[in-house]
Amino acid sequence: MRTGNPIKRRKQRDIAKDRVLYAFNYLFLLLIFIIVGYPLLIVVSNSLSSPEAVTGGKVWLLPVDFSLEGYQAVFQDKSIVSGFRNSFFYMIVGTAINMVVTTLCAYPLSIKTLPGRRWFMLLFSFTMFFSGGMIPTYLLIYKLGMINTVWSMILPGAISVWNMILMRTYFMNSVPGDIREAAIIDGCSDFRYLVKILIPLSVPIMAVLVLYYAVGHWNSYFNALLYLRDTDLYPLQMVLRNILIMNNASMDMLASDPEAMSLRIKMIDLVKYSVIVVASLPLVILYPFIQKYFVQGIMVGSLKG
Amino acid sequence: MKTAVSPQAISVGNGAKRKLRVRLKLHYQLFIMLLVPLAFILVFAYAPMVGAVIAFKNYNFNLGIWDSEWVGLQNFIRFVRYPRFWNLIQNTLVISVYSLVAGFPMPIILALSLNCVRNRYFKKSVQMLTYLPYFISTVVLCGMLFQFFNPRIGFLGQLISRSRGQLTDIFLNAKSFPHIMVWSGIWQGMGFSSILYISILASVSPELHEAAIIDGASRFQRILHIDFPALLPTATIMLIMSMGGILNTGFEKILLLQNNGNTIYSEVIDTYVYKVGMTATIPDQGYATAIGLFKSVIGFILLLVVNGIAARVSENSLW
Repeated sequence: MRTGNPIKRRKQRDIAKDRVLYAFNYLFLLLIFIIVGYPLLIVVSNSLSSPEAVTGGKVWLLPVDFSLEGYQAVFQDKSIVSGFRNSFFYMIVGTAINMVVTTLCAYPLSIKTLPGRRWFMLLFSFTMFFSGGMIPTYLLIYKLGMINTVWSMILPGAISVWNMILMRTYFMNSVPGDIREAAIIDGCSDFRYLVKILIPLSVPIMAVLVLYYAVGHWNSYFNALLYLRDTDLYPLQMVLRNILIMNNASMDMLASDPEAMSLRIKMIDLVKYSVIVVASLPLVILYPFIQKYFVQGIMVGSLKG
Repeated sequence: MKTAVSPQAISVGNGAKRKLRVRLKLHYQLFIMLLVPLAFILVFAYAPMVGAVIAFKNYNFNLGIWDSEWVGLQNFIRFVRYPRFWNLIQNTLVISVYSLVAGFPMPIILALSLNCVRNRYFKKSVQMLTYLPYFISTVVLCGMLFQFFNPRIGFLGQLISRSRGQLTDIFLNAKSFPHIMVWSGIWQGMGFSSILYISILASVSPELHEAAIIDGASRFQRILHIDFPALLPTATIMLIMSMGGILNTGFEKILLLQNNGNTIYSEVIDTYVYKVGMTATIPDQGYATAIGLFKSVIGFILLLVVNGIAARVSENSLW
């Protein structure tokens, strides 16, 4: 730092105006930090408090009368457990199909010499801005016999054109086209090139898209609301909708004898907080693993190709 | 080349044809790959567009799409004459324009602000925390809102009730509906949307800043004249994109937050479509599809107009 570089020295002692700006900036960010963080903290604290503290509205910062009763009730509930299982299935199988279909679309469309490439792009892009609508889609799913099947949760959104364009842009901008030419001249097939060379070179965008798709599957409820009748097939979000929004606690939680029932009714708000935490946890755990690719993947994908 | 039937022109034409055949042959594997996504998009995106013809029919479930009777524009006329037509349009526009005006600048401000922070740990922790709400599902977010605004147990509900001196459930106050919608959306999406802008700011050449410092520019001047212009092209694209979806109000969230008390402000085009087409005692699919189509067409026209204006004014456009 003692190089005598005028810029560095200047940077070290800010001019007075800048100090005011920096001070306000820190205050502003601190405020944002609190606004975003406090509600999250309140949820976690409530979920770890006693039922009485929650129903009394006594939790303002940290857990009051620490207890794990809420979590116990959550994991005893059959509908929540089955929702978890279903959601994991939809998320894993759905994301796998998403990635395969998206890659099979993005790779050919990233090759500049592909005949009719512009037309294909137009065909795909158009669906981003225009759709047939909710009812015709529902009627189609009905005609295909997919109502009340797992397929209705996985196939209709198999490709997100937006994500496909992100991947295609990444292929075009971050992977040198010479590699493909050399590989093809050496007799490598397109499939082989895609699997052995291109995908390993594109880990950041793959990671980001896996995250996008996985979050989409885990968090969606509306397709299930439209297409599923059978509660055994319900994803977690539909179960949550019953508990959090419709205020229908399931049968397991409200036991039949009146004494237990009044106890359970006291529990319901605590259970709500606990279930919020439990339902959000899988993605919060997934996020740090993918975070390091985030900026890279989003940045490159957002450049126009 | 200008004479239409010169021998060269014919041979060029043949050459191009032969070239195309060679190119098709060279790329046949790529076409095989494309078949899969093509099938998906044709079935799940284009088939419903064809199915949307029922907007012009008196759709009868037993007769099916093709045998139902044509009624021309009757469904559309019925929607425009619906007494709450303007109310629906107004609610839709209020929620979407409000969330655009309030929500669009927030990630940009956050990014500019974070870019000024020199303490890396502080910057990282603000970033990490503000991304977090993005991963919360719509259902959970709405559940949280109900808990927070609960006048007996929620921290916001208790605060509001105390300040008013009586138990107040904000969800029964229809007027507050757009505010809840928009600000909860900003709370959830602000951090995540800022990632893009932050990464653009990180790629701004430090030389620009150094030159400006030597010229005596303050930090604020540098934000105004270096950082902000760097974000502008991307911000324009993002703005165009959101204009295309201006009639999409995030209705999955509205549907969850809606109650009988607040439909005056919370009923938007999409929720009405859902009710008419899906949950009504006698669903009217033709009518519901017409309303949806009406919305799609207007949204698409809006996108074209905004994109055209942007292309003319700033040379930033979608295509």
